[in-house]
This record gives sequence, structure tokens and C-alpha cells, in this order.
Amino acid sequence: MEFVLTDRLILIGISLFTLITVAAYTVYAERKVCALIQQRVGPNRVGPLGLLQPLADVIKLLLKEDIVPQYANRFLHFLAPVISVTLALTGLAVLPFAKDLHIADVNIGVLYVLAVGSIAVYGVTISGWSSNSKYALLGGLRSSAQMVSYELSMGLAVISVVLLTNHYFEGTEYLRLSSIVDAQNGVWNVFRNPLGFLIFTVCAFAEANRAPFDLAEAEQELVGGFHTEYSSMKFANFFLAEYIHVIMGSAMITTLFFGGYLLPFESAIMGMGVEEGSMTLMFLQIGSFLTKTFIFMFVFIWVRWTLPRFKYNQLMNIGWKWFLPLSILNIMVLAGILLFL
Amino acid sequence: MGIASGIGLITNRNPIYSVLFAVLNFFCIAGLYLSLQAEFIAIVQIIVYAGAIMVLFLFVVMLLNLEDEKKPEKSWDAIRGLTFLTALAFFAELVFIFQSFVSSGNKALSSSDAFEFGTVEKIGWELMQNYLFPFEMVSVVLLAALMGAMVIAKKHN
Repeated sequence: MEFVLTDRLILIGISLFTLITVAAYTVYAERKVCALIQQRVGPNRVGPLGLLQPLADVIKLLLKEDIVPQYANRFLHFLAPVISVTLALTGLAVLPFAKDLHIADVNIGVLYVLAVGSIAVYGVTISGWSSNSKYALLGGLRSSAQMVSYELSMGLAVISVVLLTNHYFEGTEYLRLSSIVDAQNGVWNVFRNPLGFLIFTVCAFAEANRAPFDLAEAEQELVGGFHTEYSSMKFANFFLAEYIHVIMGSAMITTLFFGGYLLPFESAIMGMGVEEGSMTLMFLQIGSFLTKTFIFMFVFIWVRWTLPRFKYNQLMNIGWKWFLPLSILNIMVLAGILLFL
Repeated sequence: MGIASGIGLITNRNPIYSVLFAVLNFFCIAGLYLSLQAEFIAIVQIIVYAGAIMVLFLFVVMLLNLEDEKKPEKSWDAIRGLTFLTALAFFAELVFIFQSFVSSGNKALSSSDAFEFGTVEKIGWELMQNYLFPFEMVSVVLLAALMGAMVIAKKHN
């Protein structure tokens, strides 16, 4: 299936709409799961089971007054949430949703994702600085230091995946996300490279600034972290960016380690009369991709309400003294195994 | 846009704006690499410069809490003159190189070769086979610079 430009624009529209809606409902899911874990009821007033709560929240946030601190740098204060959301959304472009269904399957897909992740720091840093408030500045600095530190281990975990792709994939373009998915046909990468999966997942948590790594918004110390001085829709944008990071992180874990759109028991399903390249198969693959992603989003939420927050020195210790050597070791062992066995 | 952001970088009195203009400039350069079919270099440009180095710059500038740069007291002296002359010489050299490149009939890589050349596999192959020794030397130099930075940082304790 080859897509022409209009098809692609439609695809971009659909996927962006889905992503933002899912992000809004992740907030709802987070509150429900949190309530479940803490033995409460959670939102249940707006609509059946509280299902219209995200809609009500968005309307509330849109109608609120937008406050800019008097001594803030107005332009950068405005720019920071824009950068955050835009960068969070651009990562979507390279994800393969099903076989040959993607917005742009560039041949350096993995690096693209890493690059987008690495410049996402700017949104946080700039918002922290431009608010001209010490809490926001400290929160911004903390989270950007954290993101920079965990990027390294994340990149190394990705390299281990690329090594595997190099070994199992017949083509030549190992950095294409769809090649990485195809190389997992039969055995998912999580079984070939469990340590890499662990490292990548923890780093994805840190990159998304989620608990137990949500030092940037440690309420007890820093009020609200980098978005303390934001209100109304600008605040909502940061919130949206955080949940998009959760979704993107889950989608990347799925793509790199859990076979992306590949169906479990594919041979059995193909035996039931689903044809290669048919619409049915495409929807099954999208379903498979989304299901895996949703499972990881649940894990993100689950971990947030289960584990306590790290201290900042512990965070840096784990990042630099544990995960970095561990991921280098992982690469060396994996490369050795692939080379000699 | 690249030139505009470059000018913004050197003319701005506020260091934060300068850093942000530099980031914008790096994106423009990455765009140039992309249009030359060198996707790998483009993305590495963004990861390394925009994603890592400029973040550190931004950090330092924010933490030092610099004021807007003051106007220099003397507007013209020997050092400044020398700087100006060096810059001019460098610019002249660039123009000269560009001229000779164009007049040599532009027998650079054909477009299909260029397309090949930008890929990760090709670059990795070249680095690890043809240019292994310089590559290793560069890494040693980088390591030495790293050590030097550490030594300087330690001295103050």
C-alpha cells in the first residue's frame, strides 16, 4: 500500500486527534487507577462513570484566566508550552502503526526519536527560567539535568536493539523503526534483550518526568516545579505534553521490545483466513499495537501510584553509576553473543 | 533564516536570547544537511549540538544570571583590529575555496553517490575502515579534553 500526500495528511490528522484524545483520557485513567489503588471511587460525577470528566476539565482550563507573572519574560513564557507540546507531538511521525502504515518511515527513525527527546528539554528549561521564580527555575534545572543524564542510558539501550536488528533483519536499514519491528518476527526483543528493555523502560520514565522520577514537580519542595507560574491553557499544554510523553514512551517500548504491530501467534491468525496486505490484517495490527501501548501506559500509571519518589542524589546515582555502566555492559555482552554464537 | 538567526546570535545583548538563536541556527544547519541527503549528520547535529551542548550552555547562562552585556569602553584598539583582520582573511579564504570549487566544474559526488554517502552504514564503514586511525586519534583528543576539564574543576576544591 503506497500512500499519496492527501492520504498522509488524513493519517496525520487522524493520529494527532487520536493521540490528543487518548492523552486526555489517560488523565482520566490515571485518576481512576489511582483511586483504585488508594481504595477510593475517583471521578464519577460528570457523565456515566465520570467518562466526560476530561471534556469538562478541558473546558474549565480554556475558560480560566491566563496569568503571566509581572517580571516574567513574556515572549519566552509564551513560547515554552508551545515548544513542549510541539516536540512531544513530532515524535509521532515515525511510529509504524501497522505494516506500511506510518506518517514518515525515515531511515534513521530511532535517531529521530532520540533527537526529539533530547530537545524536549528546552520546553522545560525555558519555562523554568522565563517564569522568573525560584521554584520554577529549580524545577526546570532539575528536570533538564535529569533528562540529559538518562538520555545516555536510553541511547545505549537503543543501540543494543539496533545490534539485534542488524543480526536478525535481512535488509540493510537497521535504524528504520519498521525494520526493527520486522526483525522481531517470531521472537520479541524483550526475550532477546531483557536488560535493555529494563534500562529503556526506566529511562522512559525518567524522560517523561514521571514518578518515581518526578523530582521536577516535587510538590513538597518546589510547589509545582517548572510550571508553577503557569495557568489556564498554558498549564494544560504542559500537562498534555507530559501525558503525550507517557504515550510516546509506551509506544516506543512496544515498538522496540514488544514487536510493535506484530501480532502474537501470527501464524495461527494467518491460518484463519486473514490475507497478507488486507484491511483486516491492518486493523488487527493497529489493534495489536494499541493494545500493547495501552498496557504500558497502565504500567506507567501503576508505578506512579505505587513507588515513592527518589531523592535527587539517588536519582543521579542510579542514572550515572548504575544504568550507564549497566547499559554499556549490556551492549558488550550482547555484541559478543551475536558475534560468536 | 539560518543567516538571520546567526546575526541574532551575535547581536543580542541578552545571553539567553543568544543561546536560543544558536539553537535555531543549528536547526537551520541540520536542514541544510537534510537537503544534501545527509540525514545521519543532520540528526546527529541536532542530538549533539542542539540537544546536549546548547542545553549545557543554557544551564550555565541561567545559573550565572548574567546581566545584559555592557557596551565596551574603548571601541577600537589593536586586539580588535587584529580580530577584524583575521575574520576578514578567513572570509576571503572561504570565498576563494568556493570559487575554485565552482570553477573546477563541480565534479563532486554525483547525486546517487551522495545519496549513498549520507547513510549511517556508509559513514560507519568509512570511519571504521578507511579512517580508523584519525577516528581513534580524535577520540583520544576528546578524552584528554575531558580529563583537562576535570582537573580544572577539581583544583578549586
